[in-house]
Amino acid sequence: MSHPTTPIHRAPLSQQHRRVIPTTSPDAIGAQVTVTINGVEAKVPFGATILEAARSVGVQIPTLCDHPDLNVAGVCRMCVVEVEGQRLLQPACTFPVVNQMKVNTHTRKVRQARRHVLQLLLSEHFGECTSCVRNGNCELQSLAEEYGINDFAFGHPEEPLVAEDHSSYSVMRDMNKCIRCRRCVRTCIDIQEVGVLEAIGRSDRVSIETYEDRPLGSVVCINCGQCVNRCPVGALYAKDETDAVWAAIDDPEKHVVIQTAPAPRSAMGELFGLEPGTPVTFEMNTALRRAGFDHVFDTNFSADLTIMEEGTELILRLYKALVLGHKDVALPQFTSCSPGWVKFLEHFYPEYLPNASSAKSPQQMFGALIKTYYAEKLGLDPGNIVSVALMPCSAKKFECNRPEMHDSGYQDVDYGLTTRELGKMFKEAGLHVPSLPKSDFDDPFGTATGSGVIFGATGGVMESALRTVIELVTGEKVESIYDHGDIVPVRGFDGVRYAEITVPKVGPVPEILAHLVPDWEWLNGATLKVAVAHGTANAKKVMDDIKAGGKFSECHFIEFMACPGGCLGGGGQPIPTNAAIRAARAKAIYAEDHAYSVRKSYENPAVARTYAEFLTDGPGGHKAHKLLHTEYTARGRHIPQE
Amino acid sequence: MVAPQTEELRVEIAGLVDKLGPGRSSLIPILQDIKHRHRELDSETMQVVAEMLDIHPVEVYSVASFYAFLHGAPQGAHVIRLCGTLSCDFAGKDAVADALCDELGIGFGETTADGQVTLEWASCIGMCDQGPALLVDDEVRTRVTPDDARAIVAACRADEGRADA
Amino acid sequence: MSAQTIDSQGNALTYATIERDAGLRAALDMTRPDIIDAVSQSGLKGRGGAGFPTGMKWNFCAAEKGDLKYIICNADEGEPGTFKDRVILSRFADLVLEGMTIGGRAIGATLGIVYLRAEYTYLRPHLNEVIKERRKRGVLGTSIMGVEGFDFDIIVAMGAGAYVCGEETALIESLEGFRGEPRNRPPFPAVAGLLNNPTVVNNVETLASVAAIFAKGVDWFKAFGTDKSTGYKLFSVSGDCEKPGVYEFPWGITVAALLEEVGGEGAKAVQIGGASGVCVPAREFARRLAFEDIPTGGSVMVIGPQRDMLDVAENFLEFFVEESCGQCTPCRLGNPQMLKAVKLLKEGACPPKFLADVKALGQTMMVASKCGLGQTSPSAFLSILEHFGDEIHDRAPSA
Repeated sequence: MSHPTTPIHRAPLSQQHRRVIPTTSPDAIGAQVTVTINGVEAKVPFGATILEAARSVGVQIPTLCDHPDLNVAGVCRMCVVEVEGQRLLQPACTFPVVNQMKVNTHTRKVRQARRHVLQLLLSEHFGECTSCVRNGNCELQSLAEEYGINDFAFGHPEEPLVAEDHSSYSVMRDMNKCIRCRRCVRTCIDIQEVGVLEAIGRSDRVSIETYEDRPLGSVVCINCGQCVNRCPVGALYAKDETDAVWAAIDDPEKHVVIQTAPAPRSAMGELFGLEPGTPVTFEMNTALRRAGFDHVFDTNFSADLTIMEEGTELILRLYKALVLGHKDVALPQFTSCSPGWVKFLEHFYPEYLPNASSAKSPQQMFGALIKTYYAEKLGLDPGNIVSVALMPCSAKKFECNRPEMHDSGYQDVDYGLTTRELGKMFKEAGLHVPSLPKSDFDDPFGTATGSGVIFGATGGVMESALRTVIELVTGEKVESIYDHGDIVPVRGFDGVRYAEITVPKVGPVPEILAHLVPDWEWLNGATLKVAVAHGTANAKKVMDDIKAGGKFSECHFIEFMACPGGCLGGGGQPIPTNAAIRAARAKAIYAEDHAYSVRKSYENPAVARTYAEFLTDGPGGHKAHKLLHTEYTARGRHIPQE
Repeated sequence: MVAPQTEELRVEIAGLVDKLGPGRSSLIPILQDIKHRHRELDSETMQVVAEMLDIHPVEVYSVASFYAFLHGAPQGAHVIRLCGTLSCDFAGKDAVADALCDELGIGFGETTADGQVTLEWASCIGMCDQGPALLVDDEVRTRVTPDDARAIVAACRADEGRADA
Repeated sequence: MSAQTIDSQGNALTYATIERDAGLRAALDMTRPDIIDAVSQSGLKGRGGAGFPTGMKWNFCAAEKGDLKYIICNADEGEPGTFKDRVILSRFADLVLEGMTIGGRAIGATLGIVYLRAEYTYLRPHLNEVIKERRKRGVLGTSIMGVEGFDFDIIVAMGAGAYVCGEETALIESLEGFRGEPRNRPPFPAVAGLLNNPTVVNNVETLASVAAIFAKGVDWFKAFGTDKSTGYKLFSVSGDCEKPGVYEFPWGITVAALLEEVGGEGAKAVQIGGASGVCVPAREFARRLAFEDIPTGGSVMVIGPQRDMLDVAENFLEFFVEESCGQCTPCRLGNPQMLKAVKLLKEGACPPKFLADVKALGQTMMVASKCGLGQTSPSAFLSILEHFGDEIHDRAPSA
């Protein structure tokens, strides 16, 4: 008899919420339990937590380690409450309601315990609030205020204990501020399956570290920034490049342009107190000009371009595999516009790099065109152009610094700003975005389509690609197949989604693709199998299935996004994040799609013009390949000795 | 290119995984075995273990760092762990500690330059009625006098490796 | 290097009189519910320190559905001043394994695991020998004692040096290959323990007592001790006394009577229950060792008149600072504050406000920490502050 063993469960149960299993029918006897919170009765499902019960009757209980996206840890002890008849205080975030219990959430004992927790955390929390990136948006700061912490009863560090880690292009670590809530650990291991951060050591020496405390820039980090989005304090933050961008704006020699991705528009308003899901697209254009950007472009343009290139690539792969019988065609084709996903693939599944579309991400396509096509068109010296990208993303900072992203002869994109950074610039410039007048994007890339917009939501790239491919192949409007052209099967927030799309008929090959395939007959009646995954833990599920020869290996095209919810849940988006906020942002994005008159990438006139004027050998052609396509690096998982 | 010692390491760890099973439950026994034989858990080792158990290297590092008998730092051929808890304190552990440090020329938490002996504190080792007590590798010594301590050090110095390794 | 004799002195132990296999034989004549009922009737409470009724624990686990259940023997004896489990495992391993087998029968487990602390690695070969011998004898393995369908085996798993793994959910985490960090409860291990299966975790001595109860009968066992604390208990006695060792006494013995037996009459205080226990001053030596007065896992550390009580507090707090798993805030950061206060007191330089804050913090730790470690770590210091205020506050600031 040997040591009992089982398939791995990732999160230790000390960090995992195991609910008491509720009765299947909500009407069954005992399915609802009455709990009295501060004298107010609440009816909750058997097994709900005290925290959930309290929220249902409007009682706020403070939390720090708890996060709605994560397994419950129960480690900070901020949420302790008094349960009548029990000597111990119980953590509201984990304690299940299974009988008629009476709970008091702010007795003297509870208030004292919470104060102690805060004072203890402050005893090792180095840093001044006023100089902190999270000033005004820090959960520890807010709670210290709520609980009237007016002294450091247990001390306060005068000096930093450890050096900050600025080795990454994307994510900065200041462990002097860390409160050991382990949200980042749970994010990195459970949600993302990347496994960069863990609790190291024990006792008061516990710290959150990378493997052997290596710099973040040299371990297997995908730069997704999901840890940043969930850090309650300023211990993890995205690299701040606003000073460099201001300097460029201030320099009269520089021509500073910015492209703005769709997802930040649905979230920027949150930084100005608007409800999540209030788009400020056109107000932001005005703000950008007033802040000093010379031209404001819409990344949707290059998103449409991405669809053209990536869609062409897919058609070619399918043609080669299905018609020409080439054995070495890598299918399914994977999207490659999420830089977090790309790095995940490079580290964890390098053998599948040939499956990744060689098409660059919209950010990088735009970058390559700005310093070539646009510079030529306006007669500008590309060396004087500073190309900025507003992205919902921290990994975009890494992406624009990839050595291969210099196809224009310069660094194609100079700075990738997060939504949070730009919001900060607006505030510094006194620009209250919601109160500004609306204005449009600048030419020559101004006109965008709804297809580009929905890139911001999980499933959006797939939907855009399908809209274009269906119309190009069938010659019919996609609206004749899907109501309003909404390809609902690929939408939603399920972690992994699978859909089969039948090609009902084929039409003539449009001129723009005539150089690639002679006809569409080979697709007549074919079933296109597609899938969508968001969050790299879900990506891993799909990849492992492909490795095992499962149903996803039969797919033709799979969209992968590193962040939960897609770009709208990106690591550069406003903090906090949770499912409701992400859903609201998605709603805004799909509403904006509906508002566009042109909703298919190939119909984008700016795209057509670009192919006509500049990328003259068409999608997938030589010029396009030089500027709009890239290659990847097989990185693997090994962490070399320093 | 895989270095030959890495290949050897892989074979060794694969053997342990084979014996103990590929589940996470095998992690600590595997680390104990390796630590016992190699006196350290180096960077490559922890990564190979992670790979073979399909977990992240940082998880292996995290677990190793938690346990007093597993932490990764290299240890000497012999490890002397002196009990630091109350009854041994009453029984005169300080004098034994001084003798050990003096004889070894190192402090607690350190290893002699020749790699022969590591000196550590132990939390209570359950010999409270016979203190001061210490562990030499896995063997227990009780009612240790400073002279005994010097003799123990001499024996460790003279010994090539752990008797049980 | 040769092993030396490390057995402990003390008085005669009842375990030496228990006939091997008698308890198991008796238990196998009973139905499973009757086995559990007998344990409940005996009033046996956990001997590790927490004192949870063993029959109730078994009953919870037996009531759970599931083919896979475990019984774990907690041999992670790490409480400072405790060594009776070492003695039991050295001399009466058979009884412990027998108790596990009875427990396995009662709850429907097929595997028992002895979680042995790393510091006791030298006991491992002995335990494996005993297990081997039991298999040979047919009291482990398949169809134990000829009972068709009763298959049960035992393995030894090693700890790796972490006091907190004596906490049952931390122990299980450790067995699963994780950091020994206690879990949120509920669910309790009896419902969802090792690998999410129903699991009973019992102390070494508890399991030995089970074997004795079935060998000699519930009534025999209940004749020892008090109404609420039935049976006898092993005490690990160390410190400033003439005859340290492992002693067996019925529950209810006074501290004074115990001290008399071990030659520790002159003590100014006794630390009962180890570092996580309480410090009992001489004026309270009439108190009794029993769940209804001073509950304990059996550690008795005798503190002579020459000792500085702040040294005692400092030693314990250094231990807790080192051994806290570092998971929850009150324990991770609270213990260092306690230690800081002791050090300041030793220097005669502890500001009164800080001392008051730390005392209040101790109260918070005892109710808000995630597990028993943080819930008990302040108690020694707080009881020393309470009982030895004069000694502590009268010292002059050090030069």
